[in-house]
Amino acid sequence: MSATPIPQPLIEALGAELAPVRRLLPPWLRALGWVAVVAITAAVLLVQHGAGPMLQRWAAAPDLAWSTLAAVVTAICAAWAACVLAVPGRARAWVWLPVPSAVVWMAASGWGCLRGLLDPASVVAGGPPVQDCIIFIVGFAIPLSALMIWLLRRACPLHPVRTAILLGLASAAAAASLLTIFHPIDSAATDLLAHALAICIVIGANAALGNRLLSRY
Amino acid sequence: MAAAQAGDRRAYERVLADSVALIRSVARRRGAPVDLLDDVVQETLLTVHRVRHTYDPSRSYDAWLAAIAGRRAIDTLRSHGRHSHREVHDEAALERYAEHDDASAESERKQRAQHLHAAIAELPPRQREAVQKLGIAEQSLAEASGGTGRNQGALKVNLHRALKTLRERLRGEP
Repeated sequence: MSATPIPQPLIEALGAELAPVRRLLPPWLRALGWVAVVAITAAVLLVQHGAGPMLQRWAAAPDLAWSTLAAVVTAICAAWAACVLAVPGRARAWVWLPVPSAVVWMAASGWGCLRGLLDPASVVAGGPPVQDCIIFIVGFAIPLSALMIWLLRRACPLHPVRTAILLGLASAAAAASLLTIFHPIDSAATDLLAHALAICIVIGANAALGNRLLSRY
Repeated sequence: MAAAQAGDRRAYERVLADSVALIRSVARRRGAPVDLLDDVVQETLLTVHRVRHTYDPSRSYDAWLAAIAGRRAIDTLRSHGRHSHREVHDEAALERYAEHDDASAESERKQRAQHLHAAIAELPPRQREAVQKLGIAEQSLAEASGGTGRNQGALKVNLHRALKTLRERLRGEP
């Protein structure tokens, strides 16, 4: 069996360029930084609008509370998975981390919609127009996505589109969670569709731009 | 690699040399033909150099390296496939339209050459020199190394980086 050919000149050239490097922060720490920014934003919104109206809406329709809780868990899991998968050599299975909570999020939202159809009296009316939901979710998701891209700038996502979809899901879920603080969701199909459309726009835009934004290496 | 991250050159060169066998094995598993293995090795080593800060010493070096090598093998195969595809089409076009070469085609060719020259002129001096000696003057690595007084490895690295920059700069042009 022949010996493996070693590209010695290239190795020596790379060795000559070697300089000490600062290691990448662990994925959980970078994800935590992003979650902290979302938490601070939530705190500011809670101070502005108060937790009372939101808690009343949840008491009247517990599925809304489940939906919000699942959206928060989805945002955290998707952000963590995006940070993990941006490092070479990590198991592809991380991509599934936000899926269970995302399913609960969709199921709880769908159940709320069904409840509204079966018992119209339970619907909380008087919410803002649906286009406001879309503008809010997309508007909040853009800076959250930008922040996550900044956090991933030193990583090396070998599958940038996959990572971009996860960070899009994280941003959209976080923006949808923040929206529930002051937005009286009415569980109507139009409201649900508006949210779904906004989330799809955010994920789609991140997926479309993923290659350009994350392929630095 | 942990020592290399701290700047230990000997450890770095040793780990890179030891990595070659695994890179070639991953590239073969990904379906890279023998004549492309050296390209995959070179691309992978250059990527390892750029992203060495992403290696976490508490985790497997082989898994980290294999992921990079696998990606670079796919990129090399795709790039090779695109190249071959274009060449086939160019031959067909030449056969079919050899007599229809007109002034507009000539002007387009000149325009593209101007763009390329402008992009080469904007490269950093060492990269520009590598392109001029190895690419345009078609000198061998040994000749270029003798002429410039720089070692062959450095010239190879500079040529690779110059080609990457040129590809990115000219991407999107017809």
